[in-house]
Amino acid sequence: MITERATQAAIAANRFGLGARPGELSSAAGDPRGWLLAQLHSSYRVPAELEELASGREILATFLAARAARAAQKKSFPRGATPDGDPIKLLLDGVREQLLPHYLAQATARTRIALRSESSFRESLVHFWSNHFAVSVDKPVCLGIAGALENEAIRPRIDGHFTDLLLAVETHPAMITYLDNERSAGPHSELGDRAARRHRERGPEKIGLNENLAREILELHTLGVDGGYQQADVTSFAAVITGWSIGGGQGPFADGEPGDFVFRAALHEPGSKRVLGRGYSDSGLAQGQAVLRDLAGHPATARHLATKLARHFVADDPSAALVDRLARAYSANDGYLPPVYEALVNWEEAWEAEPQKFKQPYEFVYSALRALEVTPGQPKALLAGFEVLGQRHWSPGSPAGWPDRQADWNGADALMKRIEWSVALADRVGDKRSALDSASAALGSLASAHTLKSLGNAASASQALALLLMSPEFQRR
Amino acid sequence: MRSRREFLWASANISLGAVLASALPGVSFGALPGARPFVVVILRGALDGLAAVPPFGDSDYSDARGPIAIGRPAAPHGALDLDGFFGLHPSLPLLHERWRAGELLVAHAVASPYRERSHFDGQNVLENGGDRPSGSSSGWLNRVLGALAGRNVDGLALGQNVPLILRGPVPVGSWAPSRLPEADAELIARLRDLYSDDATLSARLDEATRMEALADGEAPADSAMANSKNGGLGRLKEIAETAGRMIASPDGPRVAVFDATGWDTHAGEGAAEGQLAGRLAGLDQVLDALRRGLDSEWSRTAILVCTEFGRTVQVNGTRGTDHGTGMAAFVVGGAVRGGRMLADWPGLREKQRYEGRDLRATTDLRALAKGLLRDHLAVPERALLDIFPGSDAVAPVRDVVRA
Repeated sequence: MITERATQAAIAANRFGLGARPGELSSAAGDPRGWLLAQLHSSYRVPAELEELASGREILATFLAARAARAAQKKSFPRGATPDGDPIKLLLDGVREQLLPHYLAQATARTRIALRSESSFRESLVHFWSNHFAVSVDKPVCLGIAGALENEAIRPRIDGHFTDLLLAVETHPAMITYLDNERSAGPHSELGDRAARRHRERGPEKIGLNENLAREILELHTLGVDGGYQQADVTSFAAVITGWSIGGGQGPFADGEPGDFVFRAALHEPGSKRVLGRGYSDSGLAQGQAVLRDLAGHPATARHLATKLARHFVADDPSAALVDRLARAYSANDGYLPPVYEALVNWEEAWEAEPQKFKQPYEFVYSALRALEVTPGQPKALLAGFEVLGQRHWSPGSPAGWPDRQADWNGADALMKRIEWSVALADRVGDKRSALDSASAALGSLASAHTLKSLGNAASASQALALLLMSPEFQRR
Repeated sequence: MRSRREFLWASANISLGAVLASALPGVSFGALPGARPFVVVILRGALDGLAAVPPFGDSDYSDARGPIAIGRPAAPHGALDLDGFFGLHPSLPLLHERWRAGELLVAHAVASPYRERSHFDGQNVLENGGDRPSGSSSGWLNRVLGALAGRNVDGLALGQNVPLILRGPVPVGSWAPSRLPEADAELIARLRDLYSDDATLSARLDEATRMEALADGEAPADSAMANSKNGGLGRLKEIAETAGRMIASPDGPRVAVFDATGWDTHAGEGAAEGQLAGRLAGLDQVLDALRRGLDSEWSRTAILVCTEFGRTVQVNGTRGTDHGTGMAAFVVGGAVRGGRMLADWPGLREKQRYEGRDLRATTDLRALAKGLLRDHLAVPERALLDIFPGSDAVAPVRDVVRA
């Protein structure tokens, strides 16, 4: 039984967590499942790394002020005499410079927390939910606030009710701006009406619906693409959340606390609406909140979330029985998440010794740096692994987030980049660590005889470390 | 210590050219052309076809598009005229040169069989080649390689990983430039041994070393590329040019895929200038860099540029467009019988649209792809149904490429 416990400890730290740090396997070995679940039951504390960060509201407010100043400056040029004719380019000049330091601070904090964490299952769940509600920094304004969404809306709520997580995310300014909802207007709202009148007088100056956020909430955040909604539900739900906006914009979007979520009644489409066959009377902000609550409680949402969790932690194509089990745990507890995690951890197949998951780049980088206890001081060095392996923090390029199957990550070139990065890391560590000791501390009994033999025969200490990091059992979890 | 490249050439598999040369005595290695190059470019996020290829001759166009309409060719910053009815977005001047050279076929009101509006399902259908999301776990371009198995045509994904369209039973390479020094040959040999019990990792390692050897021969030094002062677009152009040279090299991969994100223009799409204009200018230059890299092979090349679906006909309330149906697609290359539109135009009025909102699709994208596969890559007609299952009723478009 002792051997089995040791194997389970290695699985707990590597499959559910972000990879074992030296000493971790022995702390987990007493009760591997209990060790995982205890990470969720401990009361939440804000990690020290996050205390120094500017809030999303502050960052966005500064950005909006700079944008307004730029617009004013541009207006002051006589017509046709702007230094650069492209208004978008003019707007974006300086945005990167202004927002990049915030991004680097957020990404550095996230990495440091993950590297030192003694509850890396919890950190792994933070990453999971952050990816479920993905905001990508390739949209310029999101560069400064994608991390803020995770820190402010997601991190404190991963072990509460999904409804609270959902409401916090969809009203966070980062999500509102990423999916273009801040200017979406009801055609019959006060502003929509005014624009329509102007339209008749002066040609096309329409404002109206933007259905991006509504569609992605249904497709990605709640029901899933096969969750049974139609185009009419998307359009109607988009009307429901008109007015969900951000304070401190320009013109009619100026009021409200700059950079904060604001409900603009003047943009809100009046009247009751139907979504998924259910009627919602007009009650402003509460109308959208009511739809979100119903979506969170929908059986399709339970299945969608269960499938994603099972895929992330157990196998690319998880068994139907596991998905059913998690969906039932979700529904039976009204979307309260800890019993769902508990069902996952207590699922027997999740503890098969044969690893089913190929690590994503971020999981590989975290586990390598944790195993070798390397935490570069300079942000550039700290973040280099994510950069060269193609998975910069918060940059999936689409609201669907990073994909979560082996075939998405095990391209030939991706493997070569992992080799090159491993060599660079191993060279940095050199002979300060024994690869055999590191293999034992990180993988325990999961290290194969073939790998151990290969480490023993390596030409140098650093080559042995590179071989450890690139071994099949270190690449998988 | 030997460099990895020398090591590889020393142990390299016998090349296709060498095999053919020994089978056909008297024919020199260099004189043997491989398969014709075929590249698929996927624009993820749903390119607005009505902006990329504005139908300025349709009297309903400028009303439907309002502030984001592209002007007529005579207007300042107007469309680049194609045939008096359709034009190209003004940010595509290099592609317009290809049109004038007779090397660009523009298709409009095209769609895959997918009729919902999810990006991710739409891309899945575009890539799996079936008629529904997740209809197949392999991609249609991988099945093309399978159909050409006897001819040893290799596949290449530009990027670290392989997108669905090229995934499947036939092993394919992937390549992107590196910022890090190459790992030495001895470590690679040890890893090869370490992976001997692991079929997936050992196959990937073999493909990776092969592609890297090819790229080493064709790319500017990795460090020079990584330190390029040109930033994002400059780097992309360098990757495209190198990729072109890899594809053109004697035993290079002849079938390649390239993908680019960032086309989801829900708000502030812009018109002749702005968000989408910037993206299109980048695409224009990247395609041209690929042409330069292919060099003399360009005359035998066809590139298919497509996206998962089009966007709404009507501008939305935030000066952008929402997810739609009919798209525009390009087929460009020296092998293409170009300078022509392929469009059965459905019109833009509300009643003419799909579900009252989207450009109606009148041409199946698979018809265009099947025509290319049959006539450009000489894929046997009977294999086309395995490549696009359920497309029995979709006849290949004729004469996409020159005879």
